[in-house]
Amino acid sequence: MMLARVVGRVWATAKEPSLEGRTLLVLQPVTPGGADKGRKLVAVDAVGAGAGETVYWCRGRESHFPFLPGEVPTDATVVGIVDSITP
Amino acid sequence: MIIARVVGQVVATRKHPSHEGRKILLVQPLTPEGQERGDAVLALDWVGAGEGERVLVVAEGWSAMTSVERPSSPIDTAVVGVIDSIDLAPD
Repeated sequence: MMLARVVGRVWATAKEPSLEGRTLLVLQPVTPGGADKGRKLVAVDAVGAGAGETVYWCRGRESHFPFLPGEVPTDATVVGIVDSITP
Repeated sequence: MIIARVVGQVVATRKHPSHEGRKILLVQPLTPEGQERGDAVLALDWVGAGEGERVLVVAEGWSAMTSVERPSSPIDTAVVGVIDSIDLAPD
């Protein structure tokens, strides 16, 4: 999993039916220190994250599991909201 | 699997239920010789690894998820061993 900051949302009226009602978040990957690192991406939200929050996200096939038994076509899903990082 | 060093930990109250009860470790990938390689990633801990320890990390989704006995879970990286030592053949 990787760290990111939520920097926006994507709205799409025409979309695959299993994406209905899902929140699409724009993520900026960040380092543990909070610096931006790498390209932004779009991820489906599984935990109720919002703009400005630091989150961690899962990539690949496993990222659709939070939505079972639905088959959501996603390759990136936000699976946790970060409270703190140590050290 | 890759070799990494535990460099920190993430605390998250709101997270997927399959991550409950396990630490989410920040691990820095290493070469077998011990040099840092690439960026630190988050891995679900399955062995009770601690900060500073060298660990064995499964970094491909399917094997990570099944190795921690939580099938059908959004887990793409997991710590599955604490490394005691690495023997490398001389060049």
